[in-house]
Order: sequence, then C-alpha cells, then structure tokens
Amino acid sequence: MSSDATISVLARRDTGPSPEAEVTRDLVRRGLLVAPALIAASWLLWGSAGAWSSTYGIAIVLCNFMLAAGIVAVAARVSYAFMMAASLFGYLLRLALVAVAVMVVRDAEWVDLLALGITLIVTHLGLLFWEMRYVSATLAFPGLRPKSLRSTTSDEVTQAESMPA
Amino acid sequence: MEALATIARIAAEAGDAGLDAAALKANSAAASAGQAYGLAAIGPGIGIGIIFGKAIESMARQPEAAGMVRTTMFLGVAFTEALALIGFVVFILLKYA
Repeated sequence: MSSDATISVLARRDTGPSPEAEVTRDLVRRGLLVAPALIAASWLLWGSAGAWSSTYGIAIVLCNFMLAAGIVAVAARVSYAFMMAASLFGYLLRLALVAVAVMVVRDAEWVDLLALGITLIVTHLGLLFWEMRYVSATLAFPGLRPKSLRSTTSDEVTQAESMPA
Repeated sequence: MEALATIARIAAEAGDAGLDAAALKANSAAASAGQAYGLAAIGPGIGIGIIFGKAIESMARQPEAAGMVRTTMFLGVAFTEALALIGFVVFILLKYA
C-alpha cells in the first residue's frame, strides 16, 4: 500500500502535466485563428466601434480562459483542497475582472456595448463547443486527442487506446 | 385593486421626489439589472461548487483518472461560467446600452 493511501485526498496534490493548460493553449490558438473573422463581422454590423469592441471582447475571453487554467494548474500542484478553494474564489475574481474590464471602457467612444456583449457570449460559447470536438478526456490522453487520432470516431479512439503499445 | 394602490403610491412618491416617469423607469431598470446580474451569478456559483465537489470525489475514487477528470471539470466550469457571463452582458445592456 502506498503512503498516499493514508493521506486525505484533499491534502494530495497533482504533480503531473496539467491537461487544462494544454486545452487552454489550443483554445487560445483557435480563438486567435477565428478572431479576424469575428472582428470583420462586427465591423460589417456595427462599424469601427464594433470592430474595436469585438477585439476587446475576444481579448477578455481569451485572458479569462488563460487565467482560469492558470489558477487550476498552479493550485493543483499545492493540493486538491487548495485547487477547489482557488477555483471557487477564482470564479468570483474572474467575474469581477470581466466586470471591471467592461466598466472601465463603457463610456469610451470606440466601444459599442451591444457588440462587446455579443462577442463575449459568442466567443466564449463558440470556442468551448469547438474545443469539445478535440478533447479526448480518456485515461490515455487526458487532455487533447492526439493529431493522428483526430479524424477517427470516438469509438475508434477508445479502441486504439485500449490496444497494448 | 391593490396593484392600482401600489401604482398610485409610486406615482405619488415620484411626484414628491420631483421625479418624472422616465427617471422612475430608468431607476427601476437599473435596480432590475442589478438584481438580474446577482441572480444570474448564483446559479453558476452553485453549479461550479457541485462540479468541483464531484471532481474531487472522482479523483479520490480513481486517482489515476485525475487528468481526465480535470479536463472534463475545466470544460464543465467554463460552460457553467457562460451563464454568469450571459447575466453580466444582460446587466450591461439593460443598464448602459
């Protein structure tokens, strides 16, 4: 029996690689890829104010994701109890930061609040739904699905993972 | 009857305070927006608490699955957080747009 078995799970820590950081890196990469299209769409709908607001909104969403992943990754190396506490308070902190980031610019001339609000929601949800297609979340690949397996179905991935190396 | 009395009382208060109907409406909208944001943050808060609680439980049962659990947990939290974000955007649009 390992010595870990006598330690409370809350006191344990995860020293392995952090899958959320990997997922977030990929998410940010996809966000940057799709950003020009979103900004162009906003420019067509709301003009230059819409384009600037959309850029600002995308930056807020990507920073929010990075901060969330960073908090979980760092806290998990301390202990699971700290990870839980840091994530819950991190949620409040990040919500407050998003509120401050929007409040600071709400009266600026280059801001269109409707464009900013819609960008925040569309980018956040859109990137998450997009990323879900590439997340493996299996024992062999806890983070992203390996590129060689991406064109296969999830059943085939499970089959491939269960095969001996 | 009671509703009419309430409306009359609000109108009388507005008259006493020198408020016009537009100002009263703006004040009500601001208060409602604040309440909407507060209420919108409660649900995701509870949801995130449940997600983390269950994730810790899963990691305790199967420590070897911790990586997989953390990925699912992270995505679940991000989706739940979207609800709070929608509440915030509604607040901003009601109050300032």
